[in-house]
Amino acid sequence: MAESNKPTMRGVFINGVLNENPTFRLVLGTCPTLAVTTSAINGIGMGLAATFVLVCSNFVVSCVRKLIPDKARIPAFIVIIATFVTIVQMVMQAFLPSLYDALGLFIPLIVVNCIILARAEAFASKNGPVISAVDGLGMGLGFTCSITLIGIIRELIGNGTVFGISLLGASYQPMLLFVLAPGGFITYGLVLGIINAITARRQAKAGKEE
Amino acid sequence: MALHISTGPHLRSRQDTPSLMRDVLIALCPAVAASLYFYGLKALWILLVSTACAVLSEYVWQRLMKKPIRLNDFSAAVTGLLIGLNMPATVPVWVPAIGSVFAIIIVKQLFGGIGHNFLNPALAARAVLLTSWPSYMTKALVPERTLTFGLFESSVDAITSATPLVAPVADIRNLLMGNIAGAIGETCKIAVLLGLIYLLIRGVIRWQIPVCMLGTVALMSWILGKDPLTAVLSGGVLFGTVFMATDYVTTPMLKVGQAIFGVGAGILVVLIRNYGNYPEGVTYAILIMNIVTPLLDRSLKRKVYGEVKQNG
Amino acid sequence: MRITDVGSFFLFMVNCILCNNFIFSRFLGCCPFLGVSSKVQTATGMGLAVTFVMGIASLVTYFVNLLLVALGLEYLQTIAFILVIAALVQFVEMFMKKSMPSLYSALGIYLPLITTNCAVLAVTIMNVENHYNLFESVCNGVFGALGFMLAIVLMAGVRERLETSDIPKSFKGFPSSLITAGLMSIAFMGFQGLVK
Repeated sequence: MAESNKPTMRGVFINGVLNENPTFRLVLGTCPTLAVTTSAINGIGMGLAATFVLVCSNFVVSCVRKLIPDKARIPAFIVIIATFVTIVQMVMQAFLPSLYDALGLFIPLIVVNCIILARAEAFASKNGPVISAVDGLGMGLGFTCSITLIGIIRELIGNGTVFGISLLGASYQPMLLFVLAPGGFITYGLVLGIINAITARRQAKAGKEE
Repeated sequence: MALHISTGPHLRSRQDTPSLMRDVLIALCPAVAASLYFYGLKALWILLVSTACAVLSEYVWQRLMKKPIRLNDFSAAVTGLLIGLNMPATVPVWVPAIGSVFAIIIVKQLFGGIGHNFLNPALAARAVLLTSWPSYMTKALVPERTLTFGLFESSVDAITSATPLVAPVADIRNLLMGNIAGAIGETCKIAVLLGLIYLLIRGVIRWQIPVCMLGTVALMSWILGKDPLTAVLSGGVLFGTVFMATDYVTTPMLKVGQAIFGVGAGILVVLIRNYGNYPEGVTYAILIMNIVTPLLDRSLKRKVYGEVKQNG
Repeated sequence: MRITDVGSFFLFMVNCILCNNFIFSRFLGCCPFLGVSSKVQTATGMGLAVTFVMGIASLVTYFVNLLLVALGLEYLQTIAFILVIAALVQFVEMFMKKSMPSLYSALGIYLPLITTNCAVLAVTIMNVENHYNLFESVCNGVFGALGFMLAIVLMAGVRERLETSDIPKSFKGFPSSLITAGLMSIAFMGFQGLVK
């Protein structure tokens, strides 16, 4: 966490990945987290796409932050975000058609991913372009790691594979539930609860040592 | 620990729950006996594993969470036994084992343990297993032995049939006796009916839910041009109605609510059976009504506020 | 799925509300679903506001899409739709404030949140992808939103009940809500296949 008023690059980056991890700490962007994590590769694809949009939009928003009148702020942010989402959409359609099909509707929906608008509003509109981009990168990678983790768990239990590689052997009977809708909610809830428990234990320990 | 605040039916006091659960266990005895008679060691093995896993999960969780160990309320044993009775005889034992762990840890304990789960744990587990391993869960075996008591003649060959309801319409006598394919505990309707009568006499359950639910199933099936008696006696309707739809924790507190619950579940059973993806709709029908229960309680409570206490 | 007569209209409705529920099987609109579902009353308000906006958004974007197609600008779909939705929400808010103050006081606070409800943008894109006609688009919007409302109100009912439960500390809040949603979604699987 950035302790001084002037955030450092490293502090901002680590903040995004760990302390304010968008998926597990802020619990933002739940829809893609639940919907596309049926496999690890989908998780990475979605995460990187969102990271790209996040970095670019944070950078641009920060560049133009002094030009935009306060009242037109949100629509302007949305246009900037939507522009980059459209770029991602077109690039993916051209070069990664299978991933494009797998993520489907959720690529255009990156526009309404609350993480991106929240960072534009909370960070990029108040800080310089470079550090905003770093914030975007940190947040984006935090998001990517989290949803890939959920993707790995769901793919492993629900299909016996990770990144398409069979890990549990041929005799494993996959628990289909985990790649279906209920599995998404339950996996996310369990992982979130376990992370909370670990954090609480660590904090308790740290408190004792002091 | 002086103050217990809880919404649902106040089943937390220790003197109540064990005696209720003991009654439920007694009511399950005929069904257990029938499953042992029909399926022998296979059934015994399934029931042992499912019950043991449920009790063990409860113990381990309460130990880990440093909570008082409450195995003596029998609720985990009942859940485990119900899961076992809902399995077809051909199922590999790890399937009910996973179901029991899921039911106790995720459906029950994560929400605060007994009295706080909003879904019936055994049914939720069954739904999970049905979705996860549909091939194991729907392969029912027609029992190798048949029950006739010398009253009826019956000649059923031991064959596997895809699903109990898709099989050719079994004759009512076979349905009653349990000489049909199905989950090990639900096939013998007479055993289930004995359990129902016991629970009603002991005052453990009220008549509203079973009567409304079975009545609705019969009526709806009749409207759709099916034989109402066969509809009520086939599949898991009777077993689900008697042992799952009457669970205190996950069903409405008031009589009106219970009646609505029964009718709603009955309608859903027939709809899912006849139009849905699943051959049997009881599990999902009751689960869906479990979800509606808090809203039912909420809307009814206001109208008949004064009655809450005497009904609770 | 198309609407051709009364029967198919009914099936279309069941399909949108129960079988392909926005929350439980499509994961659309999860943020407000998890965020605004602690009380039945607020959940109902949110549900109504979403229904209102999704219906109108489906209607308006139908014509916007015709315009985009006519101009050969389909690739601007995402930008155009989200702007239309944002403007629409703003407009609905102003209109409601002036002419329906009582409704505004009930739904007003939820309206700004709806712009970022992905269900709204999703339904407009789905309408285009499925080549729905005007009537089907509006039905898809309204019934989809009613499915959302059903989910969020049921969720709120369960959560109100769980309020006094002794949920393990690290599972309080979002984790238990997510698991609740997961279990509800298991029950909703029973509706699968009701409409073929």
